[in-house]
Formats: sequence, C-alpha cells, structure tokens
Amino acid sequence: MGDNNKKGGFSGWFARTSDTNLLLTITIVVFFVMYIGAMVFQGGGFLKPQTFLHILNNNGALIITACGMSLVMICGGIDISVGGVVALVSMSCAVYLDRDVLNPEKYAEKPGKIFVALLIALGIGLAFGVVQGFLVAYLEIQPFIVTLAGMFFARGMTTIVHTDPFNVSNEAFVKLKDTRVIVPGLGSVNRKGIYIDAYVEIGVLVALLVVIVLFALLRWVKLGRGFYAVGGNPQSALMLGVNVKRTKFLSHLICGLLAGLAGFVYFMHVGSGSPSHASGMEMNAIASSIIGGTMLTGGVGNIIGTLFGVLSLATIQNIVASAGLGEAWWTGITIAGMLCIFLVIQSVIIAKKKKLLTK
Amino acid sequence: MSKKKFNFDKQLLIPIAALVALVLFNLIVDPSFFKVTLGTNSSGNPVLNGYLITILDYGSELAILAIGMTLVTAASGGQDISVGAAIAISGSVILKVLCGSNTRPETLQAPIIVAFLVACVVSMLFGAFNGVLVAYFKIQPMVATLILFTAGRSIGAWINNNELPVISDESFTYFGGYIPGIPIPTPFLIAAVCVIVIMLVLKFTTLGLYTQSVGINGSSSRLNGINPEFVKFLTFVILGLCVAVTGLIKVSRLSTINYSVIAKDIEMDAILAVALGGNSLGGGKFNMMASVLGAYVIQFLTTTLYKMEVSASALPAYKAIVVILLVVLSTPVVRKKLDKLKRKLFAKKEVA
Repeated sequence: MGDNNKKGGFSGWFARTSDTNLLLTITIVVFFVMYIGAMVFQGGGFLKPQTFLHILNNNGALIITACGMSLVMICGGIDISVGGVVALVSMSCAVYLDRDVLNPEKYAEKPGKIFVALLIALGIGLAFGVVQGFLVAYLEIQPFIVTLAGMFFARGMTTIVHTDPFNVSNEAFVKLKDTRVIVPGLGSVNRKGIYIDAYVEIGVLVALLVVIVLFALLRWVKLGRGFYAVGGNPQSALMLGVNVKRTKFLSHLICGLLAGLAGFVYFMHVGSGSPSHASGMEMNAIASSIIGGTMLTGGVGNIIGTLFGVLSLATIQNIVASAGLGEAWWTGITIAGMLCIFLVIQSVIIAKKKKLLTK
Repeated sequence: MSKKKFNFDKQLLIPIAALVALVLFNLIVDPSFFKVTLGTNSSGNPVLNGYLITILDYGSELAILAIGMTLVTAASGGQDISVGAAIAISGSVILKVLCGSNTRPETLQAPIIVAFLVACVVSMLFGAFNGVLVAYFKIQPMVATLILFTAGRSIGAWINNNELPVISDESFTYFGGYIPGIPIPTPFLIAAVCVIVIMLVLKFTTLGLYTQSVGINGSSSRLNGINPEFVKFLTFVILGLCVAVTGLIKVSRLSTINYSVIAKDIEMDAILAVALGGNSLGGGKFNMMASVLGAYVIQFLTTTLYKMEVSASALPAYKAIVVILLVVLSTPVVRKKLDKLKRKLFAKKEVA
C-alpha cells in the first residue's frame, strides 16, 4: 500500500484517488464526451444553450429526488418511494389549489393558497421520511421492503385523493408556473431573426440551491460526514461515536423531505395532478445516482456527481429522441443499458482497486 | 428430527394464522363469499364458480412465482423485482412465435409447446443475466434486477414491434382457463405440477441444502466445497423458468398482451408471499410450502379487498399497510420487545 502512494503514472493515480473522486471523474468525462459528441454529430438543437437549459427545466424535480436518493445511498440505504411521493404531492397540491373548482359549494371563490400548498408538499414528504426512517433505522427492517411498501402506499393514496388527471386553473399558481427566469447572454436568434432570451424555471433554481446545500452538508458538516461513516462501515462508525441509528433515520427523513419538495417542483413544471405522474422516477433517480458515482454499498458518493448523472441521463434521452428512435421503448432500454454499464464499471473498478491495494 | 419437525410446523403457522383471520373476517362480513357453484362457461364446458375458485385460479400464478422467488431470496438474501417485466417479455415471445409475422393469424404458426419452450429459453437467459450481475459482479439483487425492471416492458413491446397480436385459436385459452371436461381452473393444475416437481427436486437433490448454506454464509460454504456464485446464478435461472410458466398463463387468459399492464406489481405480491411464509428476506433457511401457501393467502386478501369494492388502483395502498404490519411484526427488534412484554405480563400474573 505504501508503494502505491509514491508510484507515478496512471496506476499510481488510480490507486491513490479515493473511490468518490474516481467515479466522479468518470461521470463528468462521460457527460462532456457525450454532449460534445452530440454537438458534433447531431448539431442542430444541441448547439443552442436553450437546449441545455431545457434539460434542466425538464429535470428540476429529478435533480432534487436524485440528490435525496444519493444521500440515502451514501448512508447505505435506498428509497424507492420517491416517485410515488412526487405523484401524491402533485395530486394533493392540485386538489387543494383547485378546491373552489372541485368543491364549489364549500369553497366557492376561495381557491387554495400557494404557501399552504407548499406546506402540504413538505408535510407529506416529511411524513413519509419520518415513518420510513423510523422503520428502517430503529426497527431494522430492510430499506428496500419499507420503501417499496411506501411507494405502493403513495401510489394507492394518489388515486384515493383524486382518481382522474386534471389541469390546475388556480390563477396565482398559473402565474407562478409560467414565471421564467431569464439567463442573460445566452439567448439566441430564431428563424425570423427575433432575439429570444434563454430562460430557466424557478424549479431549476430550487434544485441548484438544494445541490449546493447538500454539497456543503456532505463536505463540511459533522452530520454529513456521519452519512459517509455509517454507509462505509456502521460498526466502525459506532465505535467512533457516531449515532448510527439517528444518522440513518435522518438520511431517510431528509430524502423524504426532498421528495416532497421535488413533488412541488414537479407540480410547478407540469401544472396538473395525475396518478400516473412521475412513474418510474425512482428508477431514474437511482440510475442517476449510480451513474453519478454513488455506490450502492454505501460510503461513496458525491452530490455534484449526481447532478452530472441526471444531466447524462437526460442528454442520452435527448440524443435517442433526436436520432429518430422516437418509439417509447428505446428510452427504457437505453437507460437500462447505461445503468447496467455503470454498475459493471463500478463493480470492476472496486475489485481491481482492492487487488492493487493488497498487492 | 423432532426439532426439525417443530420448526416446520411453526413456520407454516404464520400463513395459516393469516388465512384463518381472513376466513373469519369474510365469514362475519358475508358468508356467501364461500359459495361455490357448478356452472358452464361460454364454450359450454362445466366449470366451478365462486370467490374461492378465483383465489385458486389467480393465486396459482403467484404460487409458481413464489417458488422461484423463495430460492432466490434464500440464496442471495435479496429479491428479484423484475419478474413482472420479465413476464411481459416471455408473454411477448410466446405470442411472437405463435403468430409469426401476422398479428391476427387464423391458425397457429407453431405448436404451443414450441412457443412455450422458446419462452422458457428466453426467460432463463434473462434470469441468467440477472444471475450473472448478482453472483459474479456482486451487485445487490434488487438493484441488479432494477435494470430489467426498467427495460423489460420496453423489450416486450419491442419484440412484437409494439403491436398487440391476438390469438383466436381456442386451445390456447386452456392454459389460463379450463380444459374441456375438467371443472378446475388449469392454472391450479399447473401450479400443483410445479409444486410437486420442486418438492421432488428439493427432496432428491442437494439444491435446497446448498441454497440455504450459501444464504446463511457464502464464504464458509465455499470452504466446504460449494460454489456459491453458481448456486446464486442457478436460483435466478430457476426463477426465469417460473416466469415463463406464469407468462404462458397470463397471455393465455387474455389471448393477447398489454405490455404496460400485464403482471403489474406482481413482484410485490411474490415478495410478500415469501415474507408471509415466514421466510427471512435476508436469506438463509426457507420453507417452500409456507411460501406457496403464502401466495394463496395474498390472493385471498386481494380478492377480499376487491369484493369490498376497493378500486384496483387504490389496492396497493391497503396492501402496503398489510405488508408493513407483517414485516414490523416479524422483525427481531419487535419480537424481542413482544417477548419481554409477554414475560412481564406472565410475571405479574404469577405475583397476583
């Protein structure tokens, strides 16, 4: 092991870099290669900055859920209820905001307030986080089973809250939904020669804020370092004085809360409630976390990587769509293929590194 | 031997207790739940009708899956969440072989047995794919099978070019319905055959022993000359076979397929059946009969909920509550607390 620290060249660098940095490097390189490749070979839309911003606009909620997912995965757990929570939150908020339309006798002329809707969203997320965290951390049930049940519960509850999809017509909300934050200097000229400003939605700003806060939490706060310690090796973490159960509980709590927030961001993006909303989002969140270099075994991961994981996933979807493979099934197959490749890379790298270190 | 017998009984007790609770509930709410009548179906064959027959019919699909799922759970300590998606693939393959290039053929383009065998091979290949990821690349089972879970339904649609072939041949409906002259639903007969086969395999081969030892401690079973990777791999291939059989039943029921809906959420039920059978979801010891019984209990619960007019889309919410209750009650932490409580209560009685 000592030799490796002095060894130069690639193998020395390979052995010295921590797992987190190694996987992060791979992800960022893959993303840039993919995006530049798309610019060169497909050109067209990929050359416009707005295309990139649209990727952000469409995936604000996914970025937030993926960040929560990474947090739980770093701590050695998993949460597959997030997609269901997003659907439940958007349906509940939609029903609340449009209560004057759905229930005119009781709430005539009294539409819901956005502030309360946001509280509902965070409350639902927090409730899921607390219950699941308690079951996982203090009753020691496998996180997969607990959150699988959570997902089915959320999906079932969504249809109990309201059966049919509908668009929200609440005025204040529609105004909020259509708010566009203009990014200076990135606009482009359209075919008629009119200059169009590049824009992002509010949700994207929220998502980026979440990324920054979580990055700081994981890097500089004691609790954040605790997530890595517990995920890496719960026994040693316990001996170092980390409260393992509370750390696990908090990881699920934060993930649930973020799922609630993501539900509101998703709701702001689509502006409707539907039981089929965010179907498969949990899988995309897990996939982006894995592509972003978070290890399923816990203890390894990076929020910046997760951000790039989401972007890679979205970019490959855009490439598939613009390459003319428009049929719905290609998206599923490409995501699965990419997930598979990254999982295998992770497994191979870790095995190889173990060999190098023990040599 | 006597100790082993005791364990066996104790584990079967969990699904039986759940079954008794459900039976009592239905007896109190509406005794007509248990009425079974002999009628004739649309093609004039004698068939049995009633909620109990529905349970036997639809529970059988689950029972077949539970066989494979129990083995996978025992060996790898994780569950396969891709079974629903894999059923979509195998169903799609069966229809593709039977229909050929035409989506609405007058006659079958190939014998049913050939289509079934092709589906078996394809399903076992996909099972092998999961198995390789889990056993050789050491990826957690639930995450490794996530890949197929994401892609499966898409692959199923891709095989048939997203068309929905319809089979008009009547003999194809026998597998998911009734064989003329036999009033018992065919899926139940198929499940019975599967259960007998797996019981014989467990009795006369070392599969059961190896699976349990790998599940309990992989490295010590390696030291004893067992290849743990191969055993894990094998269990996933066996699950693939179970998936093919279920796929045949599923497409035979409809004579067609709906890629996004077929066998939806069945993985949850299959895992639940294993858990309800008292098997540890963390791997190790298992009891096959308890899992199979667990599958029928799940179907009993589903049918009861349907009868109480719970809508199909709201069903998962109720089931999730049952799952959590069951899992919470079976965790060691809660069990210890309950034991303590029991002892406290008894101690108080003695004092009094």
